[in-house]
Amino acid sequence: MDKTPQTLPRQSWTFSNEVNSEIRRAAATGIYDIRGGGAKRRVPHFDDLLFLGASISRYPLEGYRERCDTSVVLGTRFAKKPIELKIPVTIAGMSFGALSAHAKEALGRGATLAGTSTTTGDGGMTNEERGHSEKLVYQYLPSRYGMNPDDLRRADAIEVVVGQGAKPGGGGMLLGQKITERVAGMRDLPIGIDQRSACRHPDWTGPDDLEIKILELREITGWEKPIYVKIGGARPYYDTALAVKAGADVVVLDGMQGGTAATQDVFIENVGQPTLACIRPAVQALHDLGMHREVQLVVSGGIRSGADMAKALALGADAVAIGTAALVALGDNDPKWEEEYRKLGTTTGAYDDWHEGRDPAGITTQDPELMKRLDPVAAGRRLRNYLNVMTLECQTIARACGKSHVHNLEPEDLCALTMEAAAMARVPLAGTDWWPGKPGF
Amino acid sequence: MQVLDLSKTDLREVNATLQAQRADTNQTEWVIENPRGSHAVAVGLDAPISVTVKGSTGYYCAGMNKLATIHVEGSAGPGVAENMMSGTVIVEGDASQYAGATGRGGLLNIKGNASSRCGISMKGIDIVVHGSIGHMSAFMAQKGNLVVLGDAGDALGDSLYEARLFVRGTVKSLGADCIEKEMRHEHLALLAELLERTGADAKPEEFRRYGSARKLYNFNIDHADAY
Ligand SMILES: Cc1cc2nc3c(=O)[nH]c(=O)nc-3n(C[C@H](O)[C@H](O)[C@H](O)COP(=O)(O)O)c2cc1C
Repeated sequence: MDKTPQTLPRQSWTFSNEVNSEIRRAAATGIYDIRGGGAKRRVPHFDDLLFLGASISRYPLEGYRERCDTSVVLGTRFAKKPIELKIPVTIAGMSFGALSAHAKEALGRGATLAGTSTTTGDGGMTNEERGHSEKLVYQYLPSRYGMNPDDLRRADAIEVVVGQGAKPGGGGMLLGQKITERVAGMRDLPIGIDQRSACRHPDWTGPDDLEIKILELREITGWEKPIYVKIGGARPYYDTALAVKAGADVVVLDGMQGGTAATQDVFIENVGQPTLACIRPAVQALHDLGMHREVQLVVSGGIRSGADMAKALALGADAVAIGTAALVALGDNDPKWEEEYRKLGTTTGAYDDWHEGRDPAGITTQDPELMKRLDPVAAGRRLRNYLNVMTLECQTIARACGKSHVHNLEPEDLCALTMEAAAMARVPLAGTDWWPGKPGF
Repeated sequence: MQVLDLSKTDLREVNATLQAQRADTNQTEWVIENPRGSHAVAVGLDAPISVTVKGSTGYYCAGMNKLATIHVEGSAGPGVAENMMSGTVIVEGDASQYAGATGRGGLLNIKGNASSRCGISMKGIDIVVHGSIGHMSAFMAQKGNLVVLGDAGDALGDSLYEARLFVRGTVKSLGADCIEKEMRHEHLALLAELLERTGADAKPEEFRRYGSARKLYNFNIDHADAY
C-alpha cells in the first residue's frame, strides 16, 4: 500500500462548486439566471455597526416608563395632506402580478394594523390592496401598467420610481407563466407572454423633465398627495440632490441588497452600492440643500430588525421600508414547505425562483391552488406582530441611548466594527475616534 | 363660453376650475387664453366639456384626460395627452416628443407633425398624425391604433406588442419585431373611420399596415440579438 501522504482534494476559491454549477447551467440553457430577492453576497451592512449606549455623560431613558416616540410624517414639503405614520417603517412597493392578490391584501392588513403605509408596484392598484390599506402609496413606474387618474386620486401618496437597489438602471420582466387573465388585463397585454417593464420613463428624461412631471402629477391630484421619488443606490448624493431639486417631498433610497421580484442574478449581485454606503451621501445632499427633515428620506435594502432600523435612523433616515422581510413575515421560505422546496431543487431560505410562479408558500404566485395556502388575515397579523417587534426593538435601543424619539438617534451613538463600515457610515472604528476619510486626519 | 386667462390666473386655478366640472355641468365651453407654453395645462379633466387653448402649450398638455375635448390651437410640447383615458385632443400645429405616450383610450388628432417616440408604450389610444412622425415611434406599443399620413422615422414599432400601425408614406426603418402585415377588410374599415373622424384627406387603401411579429413575446435564446 502506498503510504505517501496525500494532500486533501482542494476546491478552487475562484472556481467554486457554486460558480461551476452556474457555468454549467448557462452552457446548457443559453440564458442568464433570473431570480427574485436581493444581493446574496456579503457586503458591509448594519451588522458592522454597534450602538454605544448610555454612560456617565449620556443618560438613558427608563424602558416602558419614559416615552420614546416613533411617529413620522412624510410629505411635509409641498403636499396638502402629508402621510402620518405611527411607526417609521413602511412596506415597500411590490407588484401585483409578482405577488398574489392575497399577499397584497395581507401586506395592507398588516401595515394598517401596525399604523403604517403600504405601496403598490408595477402592474397597478388592486381593489383588495386599496381596500385593506389605510394608507397606500401608488407607484408611478416606467411601464405605467394600469396607470389612471382615478387610482392616482384614491392613493394617499405617489411614488415616482426611477430605480430599485436590486437593479439600478434595469427594467422588469414578468415571465409568461405568471400572466393570468387578471394580471394581463390590468396591464393591457395578452395573456401568457413575457411582460417587460421599461427601464426608463416613456415621457421624461433627466431632472428638468422630472420637475415638470411632478408638477403635472400635482396638478392632476390638486397638490394634495406627497410625491416620493424612489432611487436605486447608484449615485445617492447626486440623485438625492436632483430629486429634491425636481420637487420631491420624500426620497426613497434603495440599496443593492434590496429585493426584486425577478431580475438577472448578474445584475442583482454586481450593480449598485450597499445600503450602508448610500445613506450618508444622501443625508449629506439633504444637509447641503438645507432640506434634511424637510424632505424625508426613506431607506430600504436589507432591513431585517429594529436594530437595522435604528441604525438607518441614526445615520439620518426618517424611516425605513421593507420588502423581503415583510414577505418572510407573511410566510415566505417557511421551513414547513421544505419538502416542496426540495422538489423544486432548493431548500428553505434559498428559494428565490419567485418569477416562476410556483411558490409553495403561495405568495409569489398567481396559481389559484397555491394562492389559497396564504390566509391573508392570519398573514396580516403576523406582519403586524413583526412590525411591532421591530418598533419595540428600535425603541429599546433608542432609550438606551437616551432618546425620547427614535429620530433623535444620531451618528454619534454609533461605532463601526470594520474599516469599510466606518468609512461608509462615517462613524468611528470601534475603540478609536477615527474613520477613513475623516476630515483632519 | 367661459374664459380662463393664464396671464392673469395661475395654472392651479385654471386646472382646478376645469377639474371641478362634473358630467352635468352647464358650462361646457371653455377657452384658455395666453397659454404661452405653460406646462401641464388642462390635465386630469374628467367631464365631457370642450376646452380650446388659444396658443401653444408646454409639456403634458391634456395629460390623463378623461371625457373632455381639448383643442390646442397652436403646437404642443412633449407628452401631449400622455396616458389619456378617453375624450379627444386636437393639436392644430406640431407635437413634440412622446405624443400620446401610454394613452389608454380616446383620440389624439395631430394636424401637423409629431416628433420622436410618438405613441410610445400606448395602451389603447387612437393617434392620427396628419404629417410625419420621428424615430422610435410606437416603441413597446401595446394596444390601440397609430395612423400616420406622412412618413415615419427610424425604428418604427420597436418591441411592439398588439398596437396597429398604419403609415401612408415611407418608413425609414422598422424596429425589432415590427413587420409589415396584410391590410385586411377590418383594417380598412377601421382606418376609414379614424380618417373620417379626424377630417384627414386620405384614403384607407393608400396606407400600409405594420404590426408585431410576436417573436419576442416569450424569451428565446435564438432571438437574443433582438432584445
Ligand atoms: C417580490 C418583490 C417585488 C417587488 N416589486 C417592486 C416594484 O414593483 N416596484 C419597485 O419599485 N420595487 C419593487 N420591489 C423592491 C421593493 O420595493 C424594495 O425596494 C426592496 O424589496 C427593499 O429591500 P428588502 O427586500 O431588502 O427589504 C420588489 C421587491 C420584491 C421582493
